[in-house]
Amino acid sequence: MALLELRDIHKTYHLGGETIRALDGVTLDIDPGEFISIIGPSGSGKSTLMHILGCLDSPTSGTLKLDDTMIHDASARQLATIRNKKIGFVFQFFNLLPKLTVRQNVELPMVYSGASNKERRERAMDALRLVNMEDRSKHRPSQLSGGQQQRTAIARALVNDPRIIFADEPTGNLDSNTGEMILQMFEKLQQEGRTVMLVTHDPEIAAVTPRRIEIRDGKIANEIDPKLAGVVPRFEQVFSKEPETAS
Amino acid sequence: MNIGTVIQSGIKEIGAHWFRSALTMFGVICGVASLITMAAFVKGKENLLRESLAQTGGLEKITLESEDDLPDYQKHLEGEAKGVTLKDVYALQSGAPMVHTVTPIINKRYPRVSRQGKGTRVSSLLGTWPSAVELLEHEIDHGRMFNAMEDHLGNNVCVIGTEVRNSLFGEYDEQGQPINPIGEKILINYLPFTIVGMFKEYMSDEDRKKKEEAIARGETIPSRNPFSRFRGGDRNAKRTQYIYYQKNSTVMVPLNTLVSKLDSSYESGSYLDRKLSQVTMKIHDVSLMSSSLQQVRNIVMRTHKGLEDFDFETQEEFADDINLAIHNERVSGMFIAGICLLVGGIGIVNIMLSSISERVREIGIRKSIGATTLDIFTQIITESVVLAMAGGILGLIVSPLLVNTLASFAEDTTPPVITSTAMTVAFAFSVVTGSLAGLFPAIKAAKLDPIQALRYD
Repeated sequence: MALLELRDIHKTYHLGGETIRALDGVTLDIDPGEFISIIGPSGSGKSTLMHILGCLDSPTSGTLKLDDTMIHDASARQLATIRNKKIGFVFQFFNLLPKLTVRQNVELPMVYSGASNKERRERAMDALRLVNMEDRSKHRPSQLSGGQQQRTAIARALVNDPRIIFADEPTGNLDSNTGEMILQMFEKLQQEGRTVMLVTHDPEIAAVTPRRIEIRDGKIANEIDPKLAGVVPRFEQVFSKEPETAS
Repeated sequence: MNIGTVIQSGIKEIGAHWFRSALTMFGVICGVASLITMAAFVKGKENLLRESLAQTGGLEKITLESEDDLPDYQKHLEGEAKGVTLKDVYALQSGAPMVHTVTPIINKRYPRVSRQGKGTRVSSLLGTWPSAVELLEHEIDHGRMFNAMEDHLGNNVCVIGTEVRNSLFGEYDEQGQPINPIGEKILINYLPFTIVGMFKEYMSDEDRKKKEEAIARGETIPSRNPFSRFRGGDRNAKRTQYIYYQKNSTVMVPLNTLVSKLDSSYESGSYLDRKLSQVTMKIHDVSLMSSSLQQVRNIVMRTHKGLEDFDFETQEEFADDINLAIHNERVSGMFIAGICLLVGGIGIVNIMLSSISERVREIGIRKSIGATTLDIFTQIITESVVLAMAGGILGLIVSPLLVNTLASFAEDTTPPVITSTAMTVAFAFSVVTGSLAGLFPAIKAAKLDPIQALRYD
């Protein structure tokens, strides 16, 4: 039973009379507990795909099923609830609220799901413990290093116990050591049974996931799935043919 | 999302930009304070007018006065016009069942009253009947009112107000006890009169309280005379005291005594033809005001042989005048306060718009983690309302200071009264202003596309 089911997803934008096909017929299944990366240069449509998967956006056509719920035609309000309860986001620029403390930032999703103060506090501290940030709970984001901020963001993504976590270039703003640590953290989360999807332009980062999907011009150009192929081809072989130029 | 959390974050947001918030609040503070101040001054004036209405009798009182100006078609009969006389009084007593306690009054202004060479001029000397006590809302504190027999005999008796006692005897004796002048003799226009009664001291509730407190402390504070400040006296005496002063500075003597002994204008002729200042009476049923007036008019027209040399004055007209004056002041005051609040509201709109454009990213983040359109709308409108409410509360705090400052500058005006209604209304207005001002920015913020908002820098 797939966690996420995409069937022939199209997304078109109209920009000054010109029609842009950001996604052009994407069909994809994601199973629970998978560790996936979506890779592609900028403008390839990978961000659009993540937005649709993450219920931030609705497809122009096609069907999308999350947890047996059809969500491609859900209302904005329903999408907000799904984002709140079933999806966790980790962004390149951390996207923490600077005026709130670390703990308050982590509590934020629960504010919208309507948990009590006490429950919010406890669960936020639990999530911070998972990312080893419990001793920084009273700091402001500006007092933290990039890695610490990203760990806070991961705690925030985890706190409502989502079905899937999307990480959009989670290491893009970190030095390589810290980035490594963050990736290890995602790996650990996946090993604990969570579904994690990385979105990146960097094949090296994508290399940490067993399943990799390459998006080009709004289509799935290439897919490496250990379930489908008996033998896992070396990721580097697939992507080294064409050096990555996009930033 | 529970409302406590929303309000908390609203307060936090305002605190984060406290200077900007304070400037914005200033508009609301001005609006609320000006609304309360305006209401306080209007209320003060209204109280003065209502007090004077109450002090001169209730709505059921009607007054018949002589009118010198005859209607045009009767101008040639001016010589015949005698005005209101005792004949009218007797006719009304016997022929107008809709009115009662018909009482004639002759009012002589500023007669000289003296004792042992110490003299004063009182506000009014009234020659009247005993029923005037009830009609003019007087209360006898010491002694008694003169009676019908004394009036009939034209005895030299009088009932005085406390202000007259204060001027002639002083208010307190050496032991600090109020002086009771009953039985003493005074001169009214150089004619000896025996004091048989003294009215209660009339004063506003506020002054009475002060006085009682002072007495409880064992002090004796002299009654305040609003005129004494012209002689460097009590500068705090304000106009409200004036109506009380006037009432306290009254001397009443029997009508008969006044006409026969004190009246220099008394011409030869019947006592019954003496022109009265007024005839005052009460009607039985206020709801039958117009028919009662008609009945009185019919009778008086008959005794006057059709000459319209009289006029009615009802307390209702006075009350209507008061209401109109108060209404007008209120409308103009509300208008000014409304503009202040409008300006304050525009300030809030402005600051909320700039605040959300600074926080596009924050809104994007909140939406991406599950905030609904309604959540964002609530958040922004709450901030705006909290801002306006804070301004409103500060306005409530500032307004008494403002009112007192203004009142101390404008010495002659009536003391303003801050009412809880005015405060409630002003505060409610500030909340309404806040929610209206927050509406547009809140809608704008709620409609932001999360993807665009997250990309925004």
